[in-house]
Amino acid sequence: MNNLVVLPIIIPLITGLVLAIFNRQIRLHRLLSLLATLSISVVAILLMNQVAIDGPQILQLGNWEAPFGISLVADMLSAILVLTTGIVVSCCLLYAFASIGRERELKYFYPLVLFLLTGVNGSFLTGDIFNLFVCFEVMLVASYVLISLGGTKLQLRESFKYILVNLISSFLFLVSIAYLYGMLGSLNMAHLSARVAEAGQVGLLIPVSILFLIVFSIKAGLLLFYWLPGSYSAPPAVIGAIFAALLTKVGAYAIIRIFSLIFYHDPQITHSLIGILAGISMLLGAIGAVAYWDIKRILTYNVIISIGLILAGFASFNQIGLTGSVYYIVHDMLVKALIFLAGGTVIYVTGTSKIREISGLIQLHPQLGWMFFIGTLSLAGIPPLSGFVGKVLITGGTFQADYFWLGGIGLLTSLMALYSLMKIFMNCFWGNTELTPEMEKGSTRGLLFPIGILAALTFLLGLGAEGIYQYVELAAKGLLDPGIYIGAVLGSNPIP
Amino acid sequence: METLMSILVGLLFAIGTYLILSKRILRIILGTSIIGYAVNLLILTMGGLKTGAPPILGQEALSFTDPLPQALLLTAIVINFATTALILVLSYRAYQELGTDDMEELRGKEDE
Repeated sequence: MNNLVVLPIIIPLITGLVLAIFNRQIRLHRLLSLLATLSISVVAILLMNQVAIDGPQILQLGNWEAPFGISLVADMLSAILVLTTGIVVSCCLLYAFASIGRERELKYFYPLVLFLLTGVNGSFLTGDIFNLFVCFEVMLVASYVLISLGGTKLQLRESFKYILVNLISSFLFLVSIAYLYGMLGSLNMAHLSARVAEAGQVGLLIPVSILFLIVFSIKAGLLLFYWLPGSYSAPPAVIGAIFAALLTKVGAYAIIRIFSLIFYHDPQITHSLIGILAGISMLLGAIGAVAYWDIKRILTYNVIISIGLILAGFASFNQIGLTGSVYYIVHDMLVKALIFLAGGTVIYVTGTSKIREISGLIQLHPQLGWMFFIGTLSLAGIPPLSGFVGKVLITGGTFQADYFWLGGIGLLTSLMALYSLMKIFMNCFWGNTELTPEMEKGSTRGLLFPIGILAALTFLLGLGAEGIYQYVELAAKGLLDPGIYIGAVLGSNPIP
Repeated sequence: METLMSILVGLLFAIGTYLILSKRILRIILGTSIIGYAVNLLILTMGGLKTGAPPILGQEALSFTDPLPQALLLTAIVINFATTALILVLSYRAYQELGTDDMEELRGKEDE
C-alpha cells in the first residue's frame, strides 16, 4: 500500500475543481495549474525510484482486497509515462500562457487541461479494466470541450466528428468489457490475467481480444486514424500539441498493457495482427505526411507514423523491441509536443499554415528555426538525439523477431518523415525573407522558452540514454513477465 | 430470458447503426443514444439475469445475484448522459454557426 500512487490523479482533479470556482482569477489559474503539473512530475520521480527498488507500488482504494476493489498500480511503465506527461503538460502550459488568449482562459482552459490530465494519469495508473474505461471517458470529455473551445466554424465542424467517433469506440469498449466480464467474472486486470492463464486463451476469448484491439486502435490512431488529421488540426497549436503528445499515447499504452498482461498467450494471432496494423499505418501516415503542403496536416500525419513505430516495437514482443517501444513513447511525447509547438509558432507568426506561402523565417526567428530543426532530426532518428536510440532498439527488436518487413517499413517511413519535415523547414525558413517584423501577425515573446526546454530535453534523453536505459529496461522486463504485476497486485491472496 | 435479451440488444444495435448512417445530425445523436441503451442491456445480460436472492448480508439463500453489472451500468449511464448532453449542445451550436445539419455539407478538408 502506497498512497503516493493516487496523487497524480487527485492533484489535477482537486486543483481543477478549485480553479473552476475562482473562474475570473487568471493569474491564480496559471500559477496553480503549473504548480499542479510540476508536483505531478515530482511525485512521478519519487514513484519511479520506489518502483526501481521495491517493485510495483499498489494502492487498494477503500482498503478493499485486490480482486474485489479497484487497485491502482504504478509499475515502471506507468511511472515513466506519468513523469513524461507531467513534464510535457508543464511545457505546454508555459506556451499557453503566452498564446492561448484571454477569451479561452476565461472559459476554463486551465481547469479543462487539468481534468484531461486527471484522465490521462488515471488511465496510466489504474489496475482495473472498468476503471480504465472511466478514466478514458474523463480524458475524452475534457478533450471534447478543449477541441471545441472557442467555437470557430472549423472547430465546430471537426469536433462533432471527433466526438462521434470516440463515442462509438467507447460503446465498443463497454461491449468488450461486458463480454470479458461475462466470460471471466472479474474486472481486475491482474486477476483477469491469472484467469486467462488458467482457462487458456482459446475460443471466444480471441475475438474479444480483437475487439479490444479495435477499440484501442481507434483511440490510438493505429490504422483506424481517419478522424485524426482533421480533428487534431482544428484547435489552437497548444491544444493540438497536448492531444498529439498525450491522447494517442494513452491508446498505445492501453494496447501495450492489455496485450502484455492479459492476452499474451497467443502472439501468433494478436501480436502479428498488431504488427500488420502498425506497418500499414506507418506507410499510410508517411504517404499523408509527404503528400500535403500544409504544416498542420504534415504534423498530424507524423503522429500516425510514430504510433505505428511504437506498436511495431511492441509487436516484436522481445526484450529489445519492448525497451525500444517504451523509450520511443517517452521520446515521442516530448518531440511531438516540441514540433507541434514550433509549427504552431510558425503559423502564429505568419498567419497561414500553407508552407508555399511562407519563406525566409530564419532571418527573423533564428532560434525558432533551429529548434524546429532539432525536432526534425530527433523525430527522424539522427544521433545523438533521442529518436535514434528508440529507433535502433525497435528495429533490432523487429529483426530479432523475424519481422524484417516491419523493421524495413519503420526505417523507410523514418526517411519519409524526415523528408516531410525538412519540406516544412526548407520552405518556411529558407529562401527570401518576404515578411518584415511589422507584418507579423503575432510576436514570439514567451513562446520560445517552453520549446527550448523540450529541445533541451530531447538532447538530454539522447545523450543521457545510458542513465535512463535502466529504468526503461525495467519497464520492458515488467511487460515481458506479467508475474511481477500479478504478484504485486494480488499479493499472497489465494486466487479465488 | 437471456436469449430474449440478446435478441433485443441485437435489434437495438441494428436500429442505432441505421440511424447513425443517416445524414441529419439529430438522427445520428439519437442513434448513439439507442446504441448506448443496447450496451447497457448487454452489460446487464452478460452478468446473468436474476440468478438468486439479492446480495444483502443476513439473507439466507444458496445463490445470490451478482450486483457488479448494475454498478457498472450506473456508471455507464451517467457517462452516456453527460456525453449526450454535450453533443446535443455542441450540435445545436454547430447548426447555428454553420447553418446546416446535413453531414454531407459538413465534410471537406479546406479551412473555410
